[in-house]
Amino acid sequence: MSRKEIRITGFGGQGVVLSGHIIGRAYSIDAGNEATMIQSFGPEARGSACSTTLVLSEGEVLYPYLQELDALVAMSGDGYEKYKDDLNDDGILVYEKDLVKPTLKEGQPAYGITSTRIAEEIGRVIVQNIVMLGFFAAVTDLVTKEQWENAIKDSVPAGTEELNLKAFRAGWDYFDEHYDGGKPAGQETASIPAEKAD
Amino acid sequence: MKTDPAGVLTGAHYLDGDFAAGEGAMAAGCRFVAGYPITPSTEVVERIARRFPMMGGTFIQMEDELASMAAVVGASWTGTKSMTVTSGPGFSLMMENIGLAAMMETPCVVVNVQRGGPSTGLPTMTGQADMMQARWGSHGDYELIAMSPKSPQETFDLMIDAFNISEIYRVPVLFMMDECVGHMTEKVIIPPAEEIEIVARKLTDKKPGEYWPYELNGGDIPEFARAGDGYHFHSTGLTHDYRGYPEMSAECQWDCVGHLVNKIHNNVDDIVRFEEEEIEGADVVVLTYGITSRVARLGIEMARDKGIKVGSIRLIVVWPFPEKRIRELAGKIKGFVVPEINLGQMVLEVERCAAGQAPAIGVPHPGGGVHDPNAIVEAIVGAAK
Amino acid sequence: MSAEAETQSAEAETQVEKREVQAEEHPVAPFIRMDRMPHIWCPTCGIGTVVKCYASALENLKLDLDKVAIVSGIGCTGRVAGYMNMDAFHTTHGRAVPFATGLKLGRPELNVTVFSGDGDLSGIGGNHFIHSARRHMDILVILVNNFIYAMTGGQNAPTTPLGANSSTMPFGNFEPPFNLPHLAASCGASYVARWTCLHIRRMTKAFEEGLERKGFRFIEIIAPCSTLYARRNRLGTGLNLLLFFVVFVEIQHGVDTREVGIAFQEKIICGKFVDDEEQTTFLENMNAHYERVLGDKYVSMPPEGGWIHE
Repeated sequence: MSRKEIRITGFGGQGVVLSGHIIGRAYSIDAGNEATMIQSFGPEARGSACSTTLVLSEGEVLYPYLQELDALVAMSGDGYEKYKDDLNDDGILVYEKDLVKPTLKEGQPAYGITSTRIAEEIGRVIVQNIVMLGFFAAVTDLVTKEQWENAIKDSVPAGTEELNLKAFRAGWDYFDEHYDGGKPAGQETASIPAEKAD
Repeated sequence: MKTDPAGVLTGAHYLDGDFAAGEGAMAAGCRFVAGYPITPSTEVVERIARRFPMMGGTFIQMEDELASMAAVVGASWTGTKSMTVTSGPGFSLMMENIGLAAMMETPCVVVNVQRGGPSTGLPTMTGQADMMQARWGSHGDYELIAMSPKSPQETFDLMIDAFNISEIYRVPVLFMMDECVGHMTEKVIIPPAEEIEIVARKLTDKKPGEYWPYELNGGDIPEFARAGDGYHFHSTGLTHDYRGYPEMSAECQWDCVGHLVNKIHNNVDDIVRFEEEEIEGADVVVLTYGITSRVARLGIEMARDKGIKVGSIRLIVVWPFPEKRIRELAGKIKGFVVPEINLGQMVLEVERCAAGQAPAIGVPHPGGGVHDPNAIVEAIVGAAK
Repeated sequence: MSAEAETQSAEAETQVEKREVQAEEHPVAPFIRMDRMPHIWCPTCGIGTVVKCYASALENLKLDLDKVAIVSGIGCTGRVAGYMNMDAFHTTHGRAVPFATGLKLGRPELNVTVFSGDGDLSGIGGNHFIHSARRHMDILVILVNNFIYAMTGGQNAPTTPLGANSSTMPFGNFEPPFNLPHLAASCGASYVARWTCLHIRRMTKAFEEGLERKGFRFIEIIAPCSTLYARRNRLGTGLNLLLFFVVFVEIQHGVDTREVGIAFQEKIICGKFVDDEEQTTFLENMNAHYERVLGDKYVSMPPEGGWIHE
């Protein structure tokens, strides 16, 4: 049984939970698998570093919390610092280039995007998380582009679907433009390591 | 009968357990909810407060949990399906009127999204330490029904069952979630309304003047009359006779309280719900409920890899306890392993039912997280020796 | 006459008397569970008088008794629900108001009365009382104030006047008591009145008004408790207590409720203090608000309740 673990972190107001919700929805409902999302909840969730975790699996997710982190999406420096050590040596780092200055381990796949600036260019900085999501989607190839877009349409507030899809595609295209068909500069493959005992 | 479609949000949703509990209640026909905010349960009533105005339901935020539970008992006497939602500290306050609901034989549902205790404890983190309070929390002798879901989907499905069974036996049903399930978001499929079977409040056929609210007429459950239908009945928290009139005597106490206990005892086989897996030929049986059942399955698989024959039994209804089944199994196995997010509660019940035939080994956890599966493996290995 | 003959004669007399009693029904008997008589209250207790006045109010108004429900808490007055011949609930200590709230919201067409004592409603139930008044909950609250926890044996109440003796203040009460009409009025009650057990007609009229008004209506009835309050305080018998009311009651309609606090063996101000017929109720506010913000999407609970049936 495949098991993949993801953590998304950022600061309050960046839409960390919505991003997690869309990933979970896309993977479980749209792609027919299982996805368990746990919000990091409590006083810390009100402060600067906000976080949500997902466990993805083709069958029932038994252990709902993280065991070995396969992918970290960091939208803020604080969040990155707080959780970077949890990431597997071969785990993927996806980060906001202007806000996170990563210290990478040898051979670690890492993908940066200027998602905040791109969102500003689109006209609404609030969709920064969806730009990041589009980028993450392109990096990881978890489900099809159509499934991602369905999950977004079903998750965002009514009337904002087009704006969010535009943001998603901007993030997706950024990957194609900057990472040459899936390879980060000087680095190897991007797929989340699978085939671990659940 | 089929449920009222107004409360059913048919479709595939990505919902947390708290929202799923709210949706389950609305799908079950619940139309009155009184509650007081408390982490980690508040999202249940937030969901309901947002959706009730569109389906003829009334939500009221009361001044405390004492009032919430009292209002739920009052509302249920109008025939309107009623529920309240809380967590540990509020659950303690509700005990008074949970006893009233038991004594007045009032159908209702109480959701407890358990957190770590005692006192304020761990407001935002998980626990399963209210299990004995669910059984014994209010004073005096009584029986009620408690359930424990393992996922948001089961929370939705089981909530409908909770309302139905509460109607059938006229008891409060305690819906014992835990923070982990409450704040866990997963796929929840809500079926169309025409596929949701609910038990409507069964009203008496008798005419006013011929009706007594606690007359048994040979059955286990008295017939119900709604307030406002002209029956002019009396109901009390005092020990009462079939007329609902107070009677202070040991004889009446036998009849009244004996009935509260017997109506559940006599129907245990219809009420208990549990799931077994690979019990046949097992040396060790792991007994779980709620989120712990999922974590334990990891441990069980790891133990099987070591060649140990492990079966499992997952309680869905935790009270009444499946005493008969545990006793049966106890004669056939080397030991029970009972992981739970408390320092030993349901394990005592397993031990009692096993009655010395097989040991019951607890795997305690104080709350604030779930078990390390290795701790469960270790206990299984110990039990198999 | 032999002893046996005497007994027989006495029995015959009793039988005659019984027949006469059965033949001549008390005027409020239809409102009372006569099968539960005699009641448990002490001789000269004031609660029976309050019950009689409440029954008279129901009779005078010709209300549909099927739609009137009564809820009591615990204590001497807490037994009232048990004697009224309508849908009646004898609940837990202090929780009559929230129980009644559930009844009212579960079936909005019901006319719900809470009938309980000072300790029940303003002591253990005080928080429910003030919040129910604050939210203008549609219930009539009749509070019988005998200045003491009577059923449990004369302990100090939130209404015990300064200096009065109770079993838990054996050297006299030093805690200031509640001024209940002021408490109710300041929290938002739409109708506030106080009478004593002496004021049969005025009390009955107040109950009639209370039953017909909407929102949170509060009526305090000062009742004699000769068994405990009067005995502990050497105030004489029930008759002495009523005579005290004759001399010490002042009727002041519309007076500022800040002025109506009760001091030990001093004047008791009675009257109708608040009568705001314009005030909107919890249900009216809720329905109007949702209609305004949700429009056609709003579905209010039907008057006969939210129960789902074939």
